[in-house]
Amino acid sequence: MRPRAVILGARSAIAQALAELLGTEHGYDLVLAARRSDQLRPAAADLTLRAGIRVDLLEYDALDTESAACLVDRARGDVGDFELAIQVFGYLGSQAQAEKDTAELLRIVHTNFTAAAVALNHLAGYLAARQAPGGIIGIGSVAGDRGRRSNYVYGAAKGALALYLQGLRNRLAGSGVHVLTVKPGFVDTPMTAELEGLFLLASPARVARDIVRAYQRRRDVIYTPWFWRYIMLLIKAIPESRFKHLHL
Amino acid sequence: MAHRITSGWGLHPRLAARVHQVRFPEDLRTLVAAHAPLLAQGNCRSYGDACLAPQVASFLPLNHLLAFDAERGVVHAEAGITLDKLLRFIVPRGWFLPVTPGTKFPTLGGCIAADVHGKNHHREGTFGRYVEELDMVLADGTCLSCSPTQHGDLFWATIGGMGLTGFIYAARLRLRPIQSAFIAMRALRTANFAETCRVFAETHAQYPYSVAWVDCLASGSRLGRSIVMLGDHEQVAEASSDPLLRAHSSRSLAIPFHFPACTLNRFTVRAFNAAYYHRQWRREVCTRIHYDPFFYPLDVVAHWNRIYGRTGFLQYQFVVPFRDGEAVMTEVLTRIAARGSASFLAVLKTMGAQEGGMLSFPLAGYTLALDLSLRDRGLIPFLRELNQLVVDSGGRNYLAKDAILEREQFEPMYPRLQEFLAVKRHYDPRGAFRSLQSERLGLS
Repeated sequence: MRPRAVILGARSAIAQALAELLGTEHGYDLVLAARRSDQLRPAAADLTLRAGIRVDLLEYDALDTESAACLVDRARGDVGDFELAIQVFGYLGSQAQAEKDTAELLRIVHTNFTAAAVALNHLAGYLAARQAPGGIIGIGSVAGDRGRRSNYVYGAAKGALALYLQGLRNRLAGSGVHVLTVKPGFVDTPMTAELEGLFLLASPARVARDIVRAYQRRRDVIYTPWFWRYIMLLIKAIPESRFKHLHL
Repeated sequence: MAHRITSGWGLHPRLAARVHQVRFPEDLRTLVAAHAPLLAQGNCRSYGDACLAPQVASFLPLNHLLAFDAERGVVHAEAGITLDKLLRFIVPRGWFLPVTPGTKFPTLGGCIAADVHGKNHHREGTFGRYVEELDMVLADGTCLSCSPTQHGDLFWATIGGMGLTGFIYAARLRLRPIQSAFIAMRALRTANFAETCRVFAETHAQYPYSVAWVDCLASGSRLGRSIVMLGDHEQVAEASSDPLLRAHSSRSLAIPFHFPACTLNRFTVRAFNAAYYHRQWRREVCTRIHYDPFFYPLDVVAHWNRIYGRTGFLQYQFVVPFRDGEAVMTEVLTRIAARGSASFLAVLKTMGAQEGGMLSFPLAGYTLALDLSLRDRGLIPFLRELNQLVVDSGGRNYLAKDAILEREQFEPMYPRLQEFLAVKRHYDPRGAFRSLQSERLGLS
């Protein structure tokens, strides 16, 4: 039996790179959950042909937290099981707009934190009850390590997600379900395509490789690419009295 | 949307462009509605400005295999798939590309748009001959499938049409069966151009693949001396086993930076050419070699184009009909040898009959391809003189490699140009698909 992974937010560039890696190199069957999941048919056909794995598409809107209750059942489908759940969806939004517009603020907070917490809550419940090794991977952000004027709404939601994952890791520590928190830096994806002047841009494929390796090694928290750990250490070390005057 | 500096493989010209990533087929309709004029862009393996425009739709994310018919050997794939990815899938299953260019990094869409040819053109024709169907998104956003029998005008304008008729979303390609990933190769050293031509003529019926590497800095009685490489897919007595159908592995070398100006000069290049020629000290060598080094010898060195430095280079490829072919080719080689223009690689081949695409390059005759460094400041006028020689002999230049052709020289080279333009105007009346090259040559 091949292992099976559920990827939430499967249309994102990082999710697609993860699906490629898990399917072709690690032999995972995949459940690709996303809005407009029919757009993933070419990717599903490609993985099925090349890797010989089974790929199921799941129509899933993270913000529809009501219907998250049946997420686990739908992901299990007629296969009946999965052992790895990866939450990738996120929404960068616009900080400037969120400062004026509550709808934008809520969308950022709900997508990156509330909806993620709701989905992970259901998935964790199932995985913990399976009585078998499994895993949860959540994608946070380096933006969640310290609030900055340029993106603190997004950062606050991602930071909250990191805290949630930390607690979940603590809760599941004895159950055989491993929880990995991923904090990517700038990644070359549609999320960052409109931003000018980004530096140290990593490819989604590189980020996916880091994530899978960290999961295999049972790491708890990783930064990807690795150097962001040290960049964030520096940024976190600046005293608040100074930091509040900086333009970062 | 951030701007990126884009260029073809020759690194000249360069253009800051808005690059829209096409992640899903639906994006194509949105893009053409919102951002025309624009151009489909693949892996930028054409050399000049054929792949450049101020706004491009990058097809690299549209790289999926959609279906594979293992009985007939027909693959259906999105246009952004590279030959590299395609080969990794088809070779272990006992299939190969029916026609392949000298690198495996172009995309399927790029190969169709340039109607590429390979070492087997004299026998098997161009890439377009094996395309069964194209799934296109047109200027008005409609999706249309075309084939030789269905919307044949659009099909044959798109084969070799440099991406100017519409977006090629996906294609069905007929593959050729192989029993082994290896090539039985025979290499012959020839003393001059006449002998090279004679070897081609004598071996054509026997070998599907043939190409000559020419020492284009040799002159006088040695003008056109070459190593002619001939090959065929290895035949295996019993049913093929796994290791024989091993696909290529990833490359291992890379040129990390642009070489400084002093590295390439007529002495180093002459030494390289002479060393390459004399490396084969026997007149004839027979060997067995994997398809990867046989078809794609330069692919092992990532970014090999950087050896020409920041100024880049031009790849110059033309074909001239057999009629005056030997005379024209001798004249061209003489002028290049006299100029001492540095070229690492001069590749000579004979081509089979013209067919198919309205703007397809090949016609029956000799074709020569040269890399020429742009550090030579008089290079462009020099090549335009050669262009005139090519036009006058009824030959033509290859659009996939061109960056300098002028409209007056281009028009007589492609006799089906008006036919192409009529189809282009019919399917793209407002000129939604344009490239720097199409603007220069009056193709849009």
